[in-house]
Amino acid sequence: MNLHLEHEPRSFVRRYIFSMDHKIIGIQYLLTAMFVAVVASLLAMMMRIQLAWPESRWPLLERILPEAVSDGVMKPEFYLSMVTMHGTLMAFFVISFALVSGFGNYLIPLQIGARDMAYPFLNMLSYWIGLLGTIIVLASFFVEGGAAASGWTAYPPLSAVRQAIPGSAMGQTFWLLGVALFIVSFTMGGLNYFVTVMNQRAAGMSLMRMPLTVWTLLISAIIGLLSFPPLTAAAIMLLLDRHAGTSFFLPSGLYFGNRLLENSGGTPLLWQHLFWFLGHPEVYVLLLPALGIAFDVLAPFTRKPPFGHRMTVISLGVIAFLSMVVWGHHMFVSGMSPYVGEFFSIGTLLITLPSAVIGVNLVASLRGAAIRFTVPMLFAVGLIALFGLGGMGGIFLGTATSDIYLHDSYFVVGHFHFVIGGVTLFGLFAGIYYWFPKMFGRMMNQRLGKIHFWLTIVPFYLLFLGMHFIGLGGVPRHYFSFMSYDFTRRFQGMQVQVTWLALVLGVAQLIFLFNFLWSLRAGRKAGLNPWNAASLEWTAPSPPPHGNWGAVQPVVHRWPYEYSVPDAIEDFTPQTVPASAVAVTR
Amino acid sequence: MDDAMTGHARSGGEKWFLPLIIWSFPVITVALGLKTWFPPLASDHGAGIDRMLRYLLLAVGALYVVGNAVLGYFVWKSSRQEIVTARMASKASERRWSLIPAAVMMLVAEGGVFVLGLPVWGQYYSAPPEETLTVELMAEQFAWNIRYAGADGKFGRATPQLITLNNPIGLDAQDAAGRDDIVLLNDIHLPVNRPARIRLRSKDVIHSFFVPDFRVKQDAVPGMTIDVWFVPTQTGTFELACNQICGFGHYTMRGLVTVVSAAEFENWLQEQSPI
Repeated sequence: MNLHLEHEPRSFVRRYIFSMDHKIIGIQYLLTAMFVAVVASLLAMMMRIQLAWPESRWPLLERILPEAVSDGVMKPEFYLSMVTMHGTLMAFFVISFALVSGFGNYLIPLQIGARDMAYPFLNMLSYWIGLLGTIIVLASFFVEGGAAASGWTAYPPLSAVRQAIPGSAMGQTFWLLGVALFIVSFTMGGLNYFVTVMNQRAAGMSLMRMPLTVWTLLISAIIGLLSFPPLTAAAIMLLLDRHAGTSFFLPSGLYFGNRLLENSGGTPLLWQHLFWFLGHPEVYVLLLPALGIAFDVLAPFTRKPPFGHRMTVISLGVIAFLSMVVWGHHMFVSGMSPYVGEFFSIGTLLITLPSAVIGVNLVASLRGAAIRFTVPMLFAVGLIALFGLGGMGGIFLGTATSDIYLHDSYFVVGHFHFVIGGVTLFGLFAGIYYWFPKMFGRMMNQRLGKIHFWLTIVPFYLLFLGMHFIGLGGVPRHYFSFMSYDFTRRFQGMQVQVTWLALVLGVAQLIFLFNFLWSLRAGRKAGLNPWNAASLEWTAPSPPPHGNWGAVQPVVHRWPYEYSVPDAIEDFTPQTVPASAVAVTR
Repeated sequence: MDDAMTGHARSGGEKWFLPLIIWSFPVITVALGLKTWFPPLASDHGAGIDRMLRYLLLAVGALYVVGNAVLGYFVWKSSRQEIVTARMASKASERRWSLIPAAVMMLVAEGGVFVLGLPVWGQYYSAPPEETLTVELMAEQFAWNIRYAGADGKFGRATPQLITLNNPIGLDAQDAAGRDDIVLLNDIHLPVNRPARIRLRSKDVIHSFFVPDFRVKQDAVPGMTIDVWFVPTQTGTFELACNQICGFGHYTMRGLVTVVSAAEFENWLQEQSPI
């Protein structure tokens, strides 16, 4: 390990661009995610404008992407490209990049007392492959036919046959390559997290003394490592179907544009199984780190340990296991056997048990606390509120019988935005406001942060709550306009309200972007431990140097939640304080 | 102590606003939930699906209200005290508060599936009764091809190899059973109170047969033949929508289901000419 210290790179490129330092790589992931988030949010707002005012004219869009617009009006196939890209970018290249790769890289070594990741070179490779995937996916807007337009689930034959939709020309190929590269990148990162957590912990850092953020990142890495590779295989199979004439997912008798295709022997359902074998665990890969961050942000601002720590760890493990065996609940009406469907329904609802335990533990962590309303704390409490409604909406969709009616409706759109849009976003904001001083040695502006919080939680909640109810009315997702049907048109007034809320939400994020960039240069200088927090990362300088700690690696004597220890002089006791100085409570 | 903690700890109005917002969410949700959202019901098994949905709205809604009430209360209380009053719970208390939510979810979620969900699911996927009318539906971008078996009650052979502009489902003229088959576009006629089986297929991509008023939703998958059956209980015209992203015209892939009396249905069927 000392070897590593001696090799601190001196040149700018080796230090900040092709860096092998876990902190730089983490920040690179975060910044990349923030850039992609701007693009993906713009897509969302354009979608909402189109849905609220279907006759909108798009002169600016016509300049940038002439193929997307005809006679000044958006083309339906471009709308579907936007839906597809919004989902793909947000799930893989924003939330996963920021929460799992960004915070994972930045925090794991710092929170377990390591000097770096186990495999720094692999770590660097993981980022650059991930970035290559991002560029390929973003570039697909400009290729023949435009970006992929078959939804983020890319069901064949729509995604396999180029005649099916313009986005299934080169755009879908780019999409498949980009997603495959994302998985390669995630696999490298996941392996790194696993090995690092297993082998690089500081002396005294037992598994149960790791912060819950590290626990959730470790579990996410394991879920990802086990469940993502099948989609890499599926992506290659779909590429072959598209370009090499194979028929993995294409049955005989497909008829497009007055021509019979020559494929035979495949089945579209195979893709759905392979996709959701990744797709559902992916939800937990994204969700769990946000929950871990919430617990770790709550502790310093409630000045007490989280409630039910051990039960939370056990519940996380149970969720991880169950998440791997319930993918079929996305396929209740797909034509899959109804017996299998009911198995998946019963299995899915089992997840509500450990999830409810975690929810109760989050809420109970606030009981008897002494709350400090910092910005990260506000986002952490907001997260709990979103997790409640998000989780409960899941019961409607996990129940096969009610899913017959709600499947692929706006109820689903509202639901997953609460869970993998909201809980993750709030976890992300809580984490950024909280660890920003550690990352950059400066505080973010708290006043702007609070304005950002209020202008985020209110529109977010109402907007996606409204979608739940529109979904109860039966309105299907993926519609370019709701004007063709009576049963969808009757909610048009509400669609307009939802759009206004989305625009407020989108604009409010500019406050965050401004605060982030402004604070980088002009934020108030932060000390080593501005929040008086007890976990290990706050014993390193802000920002930590290469190797994180000086010559001596820290030794850990207690768990990371030693707040308000009875008889201690201060109300927090860092993990490095020995039992001889302050009593160890766990 | 760094003033990041002290300077911003208690100055704001958060100790009022945050609990109030947390409490207002369930109030708004319940107020919205009391409105009518479902389209009118026009099928037999649909009542079971509505019952399942109403049960969830009530049971899950109650949990949601309680959860937010407690969350808001803890935030309210804990932002009004300077020191921690309940640092760590006993192991027994932590175990108890894991057991309780787990038991509640077991009861509410799994209980709902077993008591209310399974019977409806079983009915929905059971074999249809003897007197069921079968209608074949061949979905394509962006229309629904409808076929009735005609007087002989038998569908003739059809194969994609024979599809032409004039023969949209590829009927085989050699097969006598197909000579009286009736092929229509986008408007399904069904007799009221008689079980109807829709035999779903697709020519090109995955579509999904969704009639909101019937609470019926089933994907049509190329290469597969999937049956779905139901009993229409109201006469009238109902919208048929595609519910699975299928291409640029997805949002306009509208069909109709016209439900009429048995006598009217027979008359209507007589008037249709085989192709």
